[in-house]
Amino acid sequence: MLLDIQNIDVLYDDFQVIWDVSLNVKEGEMVALLGPNGSGKSTILNTTSNLITPKKGSIKFNGEEISNLPTFKRTEIGISHVLERRRVFPHLTVLQNLNLGAYHPKAKEMRQDSLEKIYKIFPKLSQREDQLASTMSGGEQQMLAIARGLMGMPKLLMVDEPFLGLSPMVTKDLINIFKNIVENGISILFVEQNVRLALSMATRGFVLESGRLVISGDSKDLIDSGEVRRVFLGN
Amino acid sequence: MQAVISGLLMGLIYALIASGLSLIFGLMEIVNFAHGEHLMLAMFSSFWLWALLGLDPIVSIPITILILAVCGIATHYFLIRYVLKAKMLVQICATFGLAIFIRSFAQFLWTPDFRNVADPMLSGRIEFAGIFIGQPQFTAAIVCLFAFIGLYWFVTKTETGLALQATSQDRQAAEVLGVPSNKMFALGWGLGLGCVAIAGSMMSSYFYIFPDVGINFSLFAFVAVALGGFGSILGCLYAGIIIGLVESLGGLLIDPSFKLLYVFAIYLLVVVFKPQGMFGRY
Repeated sequence: MLLDIQNIDVLYDDFQVIWDVSLNVKEGEMVALLGPNGSGKSTILNTTSNLITPKKGSIKFNGEEISNLPTFKRTEIGISHVLERRRVFPHLTVLQNLNLGAYHPKAKEMRQDSLEKIYKIFPKLSQREDQLASTMSGGEQQMLAIARGLMGMPKLLMVDEPFLGLSPMVTKDLINIFKNIVENGISILFVEQNVRLALSMATRGFVLESGRLVISGDSKDLIDSGEVRRVFLGN
Repeated sequence: MQAVISGLLMGLIYALIASGLSLIFGLMEIVNFAHGEHLMLAMFSSFWLWALLGLDPIVSIPITILILAVCGIATHYFLIRYVLKAKMLVQICATFGLAIFIRSFAQFLWTPDFRNVADPMLSGRIEFAGIFIGQPQFTAAIVCLFAFIGLYWFVTKTETGLALQATSQDRQAAEVLGVPSNKMFALGWGLGLGCVAIAGSMMSSYFYIFPDVGINFSLFAFVAVALGGFGSILGCLYAGIIIGLVESLGGLLIDPSFKLLYVFAIYLLVVVFKPQGMFGRY
């Protein structure tokens, strides 16, 4: 098991948002984290990055307990987190953004290699190396954010709402890119609201509702599940 | 012409002081109200190194930089770290309180007397095409300009500088990529006060040194940061020069005692008409 989250409770100050959630990702697997607005999907990713520390429960990565490891040390052990709404550095160039993705010493050493690989996956970025990130379109910024995450040479790539605001064309590109990444042996855990789209890509899915895990399993079982339909559409 | 040159020279010093302030603000959105007091500490550091060890302010620059950088890092670890997530008012009180503390403590330790470094290495004047320029003023401006260029190079061209910029643009995104923001903040304080140390050392050759000396400079630095644009280091250079020129040319206009008026008039104009400043991001 690459990522193994067990029975975590998460609180913002005194306000509990996650109750007893368990979730796992195997090596080389694409997993979707589903749920309506405000169900706690992003919080799960943020907890895995320790942007917020869980009150209870354990988070293991490659078998090691990491719930107290500071955020900035997590890229080094192989977790890359692409935050919601891209969050590229607007006043830095594309290349500078990418270089910052390879910040820890191991990734820094391999920077040139990673860059070449990434330009193969995202050819557009190589043409835009010297452009400021803020001048790119939303879709390009999303590509940059994901490419930046890959520069850290992760074993697990967590992506928060990757398809938000993307055109159908770009969405299609991104789906292929995700498949490509997984074929290269990197696991992906992504958050998505579009159930059909997410389950068509992922091998497994976890469905959250109001901070609790309601159902999880293989995509093909979830896609026809009445429970999933109830969560998203009501009774 | 004389006024233009002396305004320009003073402006370069303002620019360096302001860029220290701007760097810290850009990084963590905290205004260092104790910036002038840190400048005063730098001047006193120069003074005491001269008075006790006989080191000329020029020679003791590295020591003063070290003292102020340590002071900056300590400020971060012992004070700022605890108010980072606090409300803005709390942050203002923290650095404003620090200012009052440093100033009062300086008065307590060193009395409010005016002191100066007698017989500094830099003295006398140089004449150039009928214009007289004080040697210490001239050297101070040049050193500050080089320090500014060095700072700008560091922030825009080095790996660590890039991480510093990333932290200032999006702290969380940088942290997730592996940039430890707490260390970056400490570095920002070290660099910011390092700038002040250079400016203070250079000025101690020709300024009187007393516990309240920093007040005007910090006000000027605030005006420069507002004019240049919060968080923009390059903006500080232009703004510092403009303020230096306005101050010295304004002194010729009606009466030298009115010169501060023009400088603060700039501040009001900026706030009303272009609150983001010349190069501002906010």
